[in-house]
Amino acid sequence: MAGPVLDRGIGGLRDKAKRYSVFSLARQAASYHTGWQQAWRHAEPKSEYDAVIIGGGGHGLATAYYLASVHGMTNIAVIEKGWLGGGNTGRNTTIIRSNYLWDESASIYEHALKLWEGLAQDLNFNIMFSQRGVLTIAHSEHELKEMSRRVHAIRLNGIDSEILSPQEIKTFVPIMNTDQSIRYPVMGGFLQKRGGTARHDAVAWGYARAADDLGADIIQNCEVTALRRSGRRITGIETTKGVIKTSKVGCVVAGHSSVLAEMAGMHLPLASRPLQALVSEPIKPILDTVIMSNAVHMYISQSDKGEMVLGAGVDKYNSYAQRGSFPVPEHMLEAAVELFPVLSRLRMLRHWGGIVDTCPDASPIISKTDVDGLYFNCGWGTGGFKATPGSGHVFADLIANDRPNSIAEPYALKRFETGFLIDEHGAAGVAH
Amino acid sequence: MLQLNCPFCGLRDEAEFSCGGEAHIARPLAGNQLNDKDFADYLFLRDNPKGVFLERWRHAAGCRRWFNVARHTVSHEIIETYAMGSLPKSKAARQAYQESWRRKTAAEAASKPAKKGKEGR
Repeated sequence: MAGPVLDRGIGGLRDKAKRYSVFSLARQAASYHTGWQQAWRHAEPKSEYDAVIIGGGGHGLATAYYLASVHGMTNIAVIEKGWLGGGNTGRNTTIIRSNYLWDESASIYEHALKLWEGLAQDLNFNIMFSQRGVLTIAHSEHELKEMSRRVHAIRLNGIDSEILSPQEIKTFVPIMNTDQSIRYPVMGGFLQKRGGTARHDAVAWGYARAADDLGADIIQNCEVTALRRSGRRITGIETTKGVIKTSKVGCVVAGHSSVLAEMAGMHLPLASRPLQALVSEPIKPILDTVIMSNAVHMYISQSDKGEMVLGAGVDKYNSYAQRGSFPVPEHMLEAAVELFPVLSRLRMLRHWGGIVDTCPDASPIISKTDVDGLYFNCGWGTGGFKATPGSGHVFADLIANDRPNSIAEPYALKRFETGFLIDEHGAAGVAH
Repeated sequence: MLQLNCPFCGLRDEAEFSCGGEAHIARPLAGNQLNDKDFADYLFLRDNPKGVFLERWRHAAGCRRWFNVARHTVSHEIIETYAMGSLPKSKAARQAYQESWRRKTAAEAASKPAKKGKEGR
């Protein structure tokens, strides 16, 4: 698996006075914590930027951060119609892994995982990255064989992955019901030990704070209403806070990608669907890893607060409403209770939906467009969170240099003309 | 949960149905002269509106027949249910049909038999 050299950028915080450390904590404690500065400025838009990122979620903020820290573009802005990380960044189940089948996927998700490892230091922000392992379980002989094929492909790409027997799974996750008498018995599984979780809000905040420190303007409550063009070139954007001139626009808006593409007269191969998740009331630690099951359709982990965090597949219909239908969480809970009978009397605390942009091959789009200076990063579907740093890193490279690097290249829109799809339904169909 | 009015069985819960995505995507006829870019409009590119959406549903756990639904993707309001092969009747759904970018694609033009006449073919 070859790829560009991993340039982590400047790292740390330029403004030393704002840096978080045990010493700053002690200093602030002495003044009863009244001296903390805001993490990023509430910027108002300037009339012109070198580049504008539309979408203030994890991917957009990461793009801005790497544009500034790796490519030295500091006269940039992130435009967000709501609040930072209020979309899918704050709505996912925070699972991180890089165990995908195809080389193209291995290369981008592993690029992301390498950035996750050390991201807290890069950003000087505790993103609570926890490599607690991600265990995917198989419920049939066929699934186990397919899994073993995938494990070999993953290992050939230099990514850690191992098969576990039902006995090993029982030892690893004592609360799981591995009894062979259940409807879909556990036949085995595969584990990526370097996988895990991170605090999703902290990822958005950490990137925002570090990008702001490098000079990027982060503009919230500002909706883009139109894209301005002159011939085939992008010249600026119209927003609810006025017109902003720029020659480079990066769109990272997940579920609303088709809406934004429409403004440029483009159409994408996307369907925007609700993806639901829920958390239980907090309980004492009972699960110290992430469990996913494609066959019975759910994934589960326990947050540091003690809540059980559960998710499943997308709803069957297109929607922009950030809510889905009841049968989806009902099905998810049936699966959870069969595998973990201990959860059966747990009460659910919160339940929500986010709008994900699903692609026909379950792989993202990172691409130039027919409009010069207009770039799209979308189609992450149900599994974008894990890719946040890698996505931002290669997208910043695409925007800065106006050409995709070797990691981003296979993800161009062109693949829907050439047929060179990256079919990851096996790895991405449900399990995020 | 949505409730859909199957044209053959009446009002039923969403759980009985499967959704087939965008409706009115006509397959280009065999022997078409489309290039790969135009063919991609048919094969992969999808209408994904924030508003009125025309889509296909199937009463999978009932009569197992397909039909079309006009539905709003923000309010989830079901505007109209209509038979396969027909066009919507309500004003909002008709407008969505007529104004869709797909109506202007070369792929859709290539899905209709060539008009006999001038060229004499």
